Amino acid sequence: MNLHEHQAAELFATHGIRTNGGDVAFTPDEAETIARGVGGPVVVKAQVHTGGRGKAGGVKLATTPRDAREAAKAILGLDIRGHVVSKVLVAPAADIAQEFYLGVTLDRTRRQNVVMASAEGGVDIEEVARERPDRIVRALVDPFLGLHPWQARQIAFALGIPADKVGGIVTIARQLYETYVAEDATLAEINPLVLTGSGEWLALDAKMSIDDNALFRHPEFEALRDFDAEDRTEIDARQSGISFVKLDGDIGCIVNGAGLAMATMDAVKLHGGEPANFLDVGGGASADQVAKAFGLVTADPHVRAILINIFGGITRGDIVAQGIAEARQRVEVTVPIVVRLSGTNAEEGQRLLAEAGLTATESMDEAAAAAVRAAHAA
Amino acid sequence: MSILVDRESRVLVQGITGREGSFHTEQMAEYGTNVVSGVTPGGKGKRVAGAPVFDTVADAVAETAPNVAIIFVPARFAPDAIYEAVDNGLPFVVCITEGIPVADMVPVYAHVRNAGSRLLGPNCPGLITPGEAKVGIMPGFIHTPGPVGVVSRSGTLTYEVVDALSRAGIGQSSAVGIGGDPVIGTSFIDVLGLFEADPATEAIVMIGEIGGADEEQAALFIQEHVTKPVVGFIAGQTAPPGKRMGHAGAIISGGSGTAAEKMAALDAAGVRVVDRPSAVPAAIQAALS
Repeated sequence: MNLHEHQAAELFATHGIRTNGGDVAFTPDEAETIARGVGGPVVVKAQVHTGGRGKAGGVKLATTPRDAREAAKAILGLDIRGHVVSKVLVAPAADIAQEFYLGVTLDRTRRQNVVMASAEGGVDIEEVARERPDRIVRALVDPFLGLHPWQARQIAFALGIPADKVGGIVTIARQLYETYVAEDATLAEINPLVLTGSGEWLALDAKMSIDDNALFRHPEFEALRDFDAEDRTEIDARQSGISFVKLDGDIGCIVNGAGLAMATMDAVKLHGGEPANFLDVGGGASADQVAKAFGLVTADPHVRAILINIFGGITRGDIVAQGIAEARQRVEVTVPIVVRLSGTNAEEGQRLLAEAGLTATESMDEAAAAAVRAAHAA
Repeated sequence: MSILVDRESRVLVQGITGREGSFHTEQMAEYGTNVVSGVTPGGKGKRVAGAPVFDTVADAVAETAPNVAIIFVPARFAPDAIYEAVDNGLPFVVCITEGIPVADMVPVYAHVRNAGSRLLGPNCPGLITPGEAKVGIMPGFIHTPGPVGVVSRSGTLTYEVVDALSRAGIGQSSAVGIGGDPVIGTSFIDVLGLFEADPATEAIVMIGEIGGADEEQAALFIQEHVTKPVVGFIAGQTAPPGKRMGHAGAIISGGSGTAAEKMAALDAAGVRVVDRPSAVPAAIQAALS
């Protein structure tokens, strides 16, 4: 789950990191009022779950409250990489002397957390990582001892930070790591972390992603969930124990198992079609789960055929077939359905499906090809 | 021969009286696996599939001398179950549990390594040596003994490939599911090394998916250390960036971890990369002949 900048900034502040403050506005009027309260130049920033908002015109400097209103008016409603802006953060403009990047994330290859920093702050860090990897310095964190001060110091000196400013960034790096661990984050990032003209450290942006698997420890994050930004269907699916990701194609997929679900999407593409979604119903593929899956898939008006791919393992194929037939009766499906059923008692399952009027096959390639043909004919 | 488990393996089931634990204990015992005991705190005196249940791993170790533990404990208690197994000297721990927070797995990983034990998973189907022992949740009947080692990040996709191999008359030495999480105990490299050293394994099937760089690491390892033929498949060629595809670890982030990159890396290492699971048996046949 991703947090918005203003939400992440509040968490940083509770862990002692100095941020730029500000308030959230949903209308140009609110933006003007906040700017008046600040009493000086402000920055108006789109609150969206995507990067690249600066380039897309989602960040504007405003010298007067009137300007802040105009800036908010321009930004609200803007579509940034498919995310429509519904709120902006209005914060005091800072006097920036130098910009840095500071972040904590998981190094998957080392299976350890890593603190990363760069003197190229304020720009897309992934681009820096790709094009100038030597401009990023890293420290792997001992999972039992945390980030040592010497590691943060070593990073600071490697970035060329003057000796009298090193203590400040060492503290912030350790606070950022503490925030990352305490909040079960998979990413905690300040970009840019700035040195102001008066020589103070200030976090001008805040980005955090929280581990979905750890949300049971953080019920408070549920209130921060942004239903505008996240696909409602994906959340509904998750509550039913189904993994669902909407895609742009027209062939709805219902599969048991995540790896097989990805391979099924690939098979659709390989046979000249486009998958409408990723969907993992879970291991058993019970009538209830399949019925829910039908509901999710048919909610997409672009779907012109449904491909069900079940590898009946410990759950027998005839039981799975009965479940599919039952779910089919419970949920109205108007598009053609192609079922691929393999594994234990698959023949019996296919016979039951044929009786229920569904096309059934044992080969995944054949099923994908049939679904593509059905979608094109529809 | 085989890798990691065989008919001599003495299996301890943690979480043995739970719904999943008891069901799969029955299934494993039915397959012929030597399940020697189980643990459920407060469950002392019970039996599941004939195996005695103990309150603690220490008691189970003292009474039944297991050398493999398999964990069916819910996510919030599973890290503690792994620590309990490792701290009581279990050399090999298989964790089936899905949904363990990454923040818990990072120290678990370090601790298991420091203790000199091996962890398989979490969020994995376990492993099987056909005809000898099944320490996992896979359907046993699709497997047949033979010369092909299978290693995969997935569950049902592995069954798919194993089933296709068996139908083509190609058996397996062992099939290992390493799991779909970002932090897993045993990597492709570890299993590839074991298959390379196993005299019963003549060829290897490796099934990867999007996310992380373990397949790229494996490609480098294959180039340097693996002499046996390897056939590879990567799931998620059509997956969009930035979206988690079911498995917590299956996500393309910052433009890296794509199927195309992984397929190219494996291809460059001499792996026969196929574009669909059904093409695996023919590729293996070609490699073996």
